[in-house]
Parts: sequence; structure tokens; C-alpha cells
Amino acid sequence: MYGKKVKLRILFLFLLLASLILIVYLILKSLEENVVYFISPSEIKKLTEINSDKIRIGGMVKNKSIIIKSNKINFIITDFKSEINVSYSGSVPNLFAEGKGVVAEGYLKDKNYFNAVKILAKHDENYMPPEIKEALGGE
Amino acid sequence: MINFLEPNRIFAITSKAPKYVLFLFVIVLSIGLTEALFLSPEDYKQSHSVRIMYVHVPSAWISLGIFSIIAFLSILSFIFKNKNLPLISKSLAPSGFVFNIIALVTGAIWGKPTWGTWWAWDARITSMLILALFYSMYLLSWKIFKNDEKATKISSIIAILGVINVPIIKFSVDWWSTLHQSSSIKILSTTTIHTSMLIPLAIMTAAFTLFSILIFLMKYNTELIKIKNKGLDRL
Repeated sequence: MYGKKVKLRILFLFLLLASLILIVYLILKSLEENVVYFISPSEIKKLTEINSDKIRIGGMVKNKSIIIKSNKINFIITDFKSEINVSYSGSVPNLFAEGKGVVAEGYLKDKNYFNAVKILAKHDENYMPPEIKEALGGE
Repeated sequence: MINFLEPNRIFAITSKAPKYVLFLFVIVLSIGLTEALFLSPEDYKQSHSVRIMYVHVPSAWISLGIFSIIAFLSILSFIFKNKNLPLISKSLAPSGFVFNIIALVTGAIWGKPTWGTWWAWDARITSMLILALFYSMYLLSWKIFKNDEKATKISSIIAILGVINVPIIKFSVDWWSTLHQSSSIKILSTTTIHTSMLIPLAIMTAAFTLFSILIFLMKYNTELIKIKNKGLDRL
């Protein structure tokens, strides 16, 4: 079998990796709020107080909810449980559309209104040619 | 351990194989690029930007794969004090690093038209950046420490510490909400990428793998020549 030194080195590596995994786990667990890129409308509803920090809200743009008035754009972000009204002025990414994923960065006015300063489109993991999408009954 | 692999026999392979690998790489890359850039369809949502994915995804896979191999070899060499494995790791690192950077850059180029931003500090992108930092530390440790034994030790520790990051990268999109989409190719459930797009992706992955092997063989060959010049007849 292997010598004593080899066994000690295996033990050392095992302890090193175990402690490292624990440390990384604890750090990530305690920083969870900051590791997530956005929160959902349902999580907004659960907030106990509204502070003035910049946050990001992500979800789907609700169907038939986009209203464009001159340079202002209003829409609703939904996670199919809760909704939040978003108002924004500025340009939106090309992939921003109803029924598609979106991440809005900005400030909460209250639990139902959000003033966005930046809009990002979230792409999903589906890749297919347009003909297949049509065959599946997409728009 | 690897004693059955005589240095001279390895050298015979590493000095001759590159030209065949290069030949194969050029063929597979031309097929892959034709498929990716011309024959494959555009995406229903992102249209032609989907073509960036055929470079981005294989690069990310290979940079993760190479780092995992380096970490695995480092663990073995740390335990068994093998002198050959660190040389293999050292020769693998440059192509892994280059593909890591390519993944980050093509991701930014894809992100601008699709998401509306070049960069986002989400879990996937940040952990990929951390991988690039570990690659740089790994490569630098070989440059800084002239004493081979010290360089071997420090570089393997860096690789072993950095490997914790690999599962974080892989699962970041499932554990946390990220701007980056989750994996389209799943082992346990249906793959959400159409076959006509999966084929160029697979060919490009093969091409980039061949490229990594090519660079590895050339680097490894150089390392063996250095050892020969030192007048050592065994590793």
C-alpha cells in the first residue's frame, strides 16, 4: 500500500477541500441577497419596509400590459403569482416584448410601483429556428 | 505512477502528433464555421446573434473542462509527488485561459444586443471572471517561482483551491436568479436547443477541443525539450 506520507497528504487535501467548501458555502449563504441578480414581484410583496436602495426586479412582461406614451413606457412585471407596475423612460433592448423575460433596475415607490432607470431583456434557454416556433404555435 | 510512459516515447508522440492534429483541426473548424455561420438557421427571437453562441458555449465548456483536468492532475501530483503531471497541467493551462477570455468577450458581444448590457455582475458571469483570475494566478505562479518544486506546489494548490469555483459556475444559474439563461443542454430532461443548432455547436466544440490538444502537445513538447536540455533522462 501507499506510504505514511501519501496518506497524510490525502488527509491534508481532504481537510483543505472540506474546510474550503464550508467557508464558500457559508459566505454564499450569508450573501444570498447580493448574489441573486434580481428579485421577483412576489418577494417585493413580502418586504416589510421599502428603502430607497437601487434594486432589480425580474420576471415576465405581462401580456397586453405595455403602454407607450410619448417617451414614457409603462408595463407590468409578473411572476404569475404577483405583479408590479413599472414605469420607465428611455430606450429598451430589442428583445424587450410582452410575454418575454425582463429585468428592471431602479427604485421602489411602493409595493406596486417601480421606477426603472434601466431595462434589460432576459433571454431564456430555448433556441430554435423561426419555422419551428411557428409550428409550435408561437407568434 | 505514470512510469510506464517513458519520456522518450512521450516525446516521440508530442513531436510528431501536432501536424496531424493541426490538419484535423483545420478540417473540423472549416466544417464547423460553415455550419455555424451559413448553414444553420437563425433563431426565432435573437435572429443572427445566435451564431455567437457557437463560439461562446464551446469556449466556456473547454475552459471549465481544462481547469477541472488541471485540478484533478494537481491533486494526483500533490499526493503522489509525480513530476510529469504538473508539466501536463502547465501545458494545458494556456489554452484553457484563452478560451475563458474568449467566453467572456463573446458573452459581452452577445449581451449588448440581447440583454442591453455588455456586463452584468450576476453569479454566472462573476464566477466565470473568478475562473479567469484563477487561471492567471496559476499561469503566473509558474512564471514567478523559478524553483520548479516550489512552482509545482504553489500552482497545484491554486488549482485545487480554484476547483471549488467550477461547480459554482455550473450551478450558478440554478441556485440563484441570474441574468444569464440556464443551460439548454440537460442530461436529465429534454434539451431546449433545436437539432439544427445543436449540430454546429457539437462540431465547434470538437474543433476547439482539437485546438486545445494542439496547443497542449506543442507546449508539452517544449517542456520535454527543456528537461532534455537539463540533461535529465527521466522525469
